[in-house]
Amino acid sequence: MIAQFSFDFLLGHYNYWIVIFLMMTGFYLVIARGNLIKTIIGLNIFQTSVVLLYVTMGKVSGGKGAPIMPLDSGHDHDDHGEHVPHSLEHGSIGHPPSGRVGHEVTGEGELPSVVQASRNSTHSIENTGELQQPIQLVGFEDHGHTESASHAAEAIYSNPLPSVLMLTAIVVGVATTALALALTVRIREEYGTIEEDEILELDRAE
Amino acid sequence: MIDFVSQLPILMIVLPMVAAPICVLLGGRQVTYIAALIVAWCTFAISVACLVQVVQTGPIHYEIGNWKPPYGIEYVVDGLSGFVLMFVSALGAIVLTWGKQSIDAEIPHSKHYLFYATYLLCMTGLMGMCITGDLFNVFVFLEISSLSSYALISLGKSRRAPLAALQYLILGTIGATFILIGIGLLYQMTGTLNMADIAGRLDIEHGGRTLLVAFAFMTIGLFIKMAVFPLHTWLPNAYTYAPSVVTAFIAATATKVSVYAFIRLIFGIFTPDFAFNTHPLDNAMLAMALVGIFVASTAAIYQDNIKRMLAYSSIGQIGYMLLGIGLVSVGGLTATIVHMFNHALIKGGLFMAMGCFALQLGSVKLDDLRGAARTMPWTCVAFAIGGLGLIGVPLTAGFISKWLLLTSCFEAGRWPVAALMLLSSLLALVYVWRVVEALFFAEPSEAAAKAKEAPLSMLIPLYVVIGATVVFGVWTPWSAGLAEGAAEFLFPGGKP
Repeated sequence: MIAQFSFDFLLGHYNYWIVIFLMMTGFYLVIARGNLIKTIIGLNIFQTSVVLLYVTMGKVSGGKGAPIMPLDSGHDHDDHGEHVPHSLEHGSIGHPPSGRVGHEVTGEGELPSVVQASRNSTHSIENTGELQQPIQLVGFEDHGHTESASHAAEAIYSNPLPSVLMLTAIVVGVATTALALALTVRIREEYGTIEEDEILELDRAE
Repeated sequence: MIDFVSQLPILMIVLPMVAAPICVLLGGRQVTYIAALIVAWCTFAISVACLVQVVQTGPIHYEIGNWKPPYGIEYVVDGLSGFVLMFVSALGAIVLTWGKQSIDAEIPHSKHYLFYATYLLCMTGLMGMCITGDLFNVFVFLEISSLSSYALISLGKSRRAPLAALQYLILGTIGATFILIGIGLLYQMTGTLNMADIAGRLDIEHGGRTLLVAFAFMTIGLFIKMAVFPLHTWLPNAYTYAPSVVTAFIAATATKVSVYAFIRLIFGIFTPDFAFNTHPLDNAMLAMALVGIFVASTAAIYQDNIKRMLAYSSIGQIGYMLLGIGLVSVGGLTATIVHMFNHALIKGGLFMAMGCFALQLGSVKLDDLRGAARTMPWTCVAFAIGGLGLIGVPLTAGFISKWLLLTSCFEAGRWPVAALMLLSSLLALVYVWRVVEALFFAEPSEAAAKAKEAPLSMLIPLYVVIGATVVFGVWTPWSAGLAEGAAEFLFPGGKP
């Protein structure tokens, strides 16, 4: 157990340490500060640290980029227990991409690298063996697997899903902060202060 | 032509969600009320239709946008979620029907259209949490319902309402963020967000620390939203200072939906084996539940504000629901699910009665309620019947859930728990009796002597809910029967 906490372990997970540091900073602010605005800022930092956590876990080594799903994908899904990421599995089926995507692909020259990569993977049926490699999360490499796929592991891809999820979480965070600030305005209108202990004092005096 | 019946699960969510901005656009006070009312009742009708379909033909799986799970988001209506959806929408509709005059009296008229929009959004969020089969969707709907309930609570007349809402917001956001962290860790381990898919891919045996941390984060997050005893501090103020309508709706539904999410978490994603055998969560939950019941019920005895008293009693009642889960048996789980339903009716009814008092007496303090039975007999009788249900007197719904809980305590061989449970009912007797005595036998207070009986438009919905607590105390196939079916569905192998 102790051996795990080597220098490499500490350094290799630096983004997790940042997440934990930010989270605890925000949490401390929420608990310790009586000023309502400071509490809200603390809450905001606390929420933001989670965004970083998700973005960190979205980095994938050994990926092949996002494949384009064939139109009829999913009808044959019955893959419980198989630890193969869906995207790769279905990307390797090799059905022609849907009409809309096909249209995008016509501008071969200016293709963004992700589309290029996904095109490669959708058409490379011969590569399925390699594609069956499970995705490795950065910082959680299983060394046995990484060696065999070392050339693939060099490229770090961003899994788009966590980023999209965090887009939602950011919206939620903005809404929460806006609502909290609006409530603070109302509290100040009623009490003339935004210090929590002074407000409670005023309530007791009532 | 789209088959209308197959679209019912999504309509249940989309209807109130789309109606909310339409209410804002309509703007008028009466017209938004009517729009919200129609939408709420339609939602209830749809949820009943879905529940009937589930009972007849089994769980409904709806793929949004025809994207197959686990790629797309899936809505699942099964025995449990259909049941919870049914009573959440029922209470939402009936509280809105009851509340017109209370809303007129307690909320500034210029804000009415916003109130109805927020109310519908809150309903959307709560129902979305029940119906979705996608874990991240649970978080999104949780935040929709939470954000709208913070806004609703802050509408209270008292100047303490915004502070109560802010306190709830801070704790609620911490809880929701904890849940989000847990979801993230689960996603990291499995690469999917569909609950059934996560359950299939999760390596419970060798999950190690990440699995435990994910479970802990989500459990604590949901405990905050449920207001389980040591994490309950947001609840009394929020329930006390919110407008009567909001209290009646949120008290009846919000915490139960979190209990539902917790049941799903344990039985749908992590296995009961992981939660209760690998880790001793059952004993921890029983301890927390019992301490919570006793502390909250004792605190309830000393409250002068009856809304606050009922709020403390709610914390205690959540303890009973936790108790049922902690017993780890089909019977215990059945008791929890039945109690979710029964308590939603009882607490909804009691808070509706308090809303009538608040409207006619202008107060919910015990001193002002004295002798109100002479001028407001019908409201007082409704409160008394609801109170009996809270204690668990036979022929009321509360008795059914307590009876089921007791029998499963005996089955599990946990005699001390059963004894403590019976003892705690005495505490409920004390705090209910205090109010009933004041209402019926004390000399009328100044306010009570001048008060008039609540209008018929409020009494009828109130008696529908209170009547339902009696009906479901005598006739149980629709409550206990459905709950047992749902519990057996969750426990495929019987007792683990």
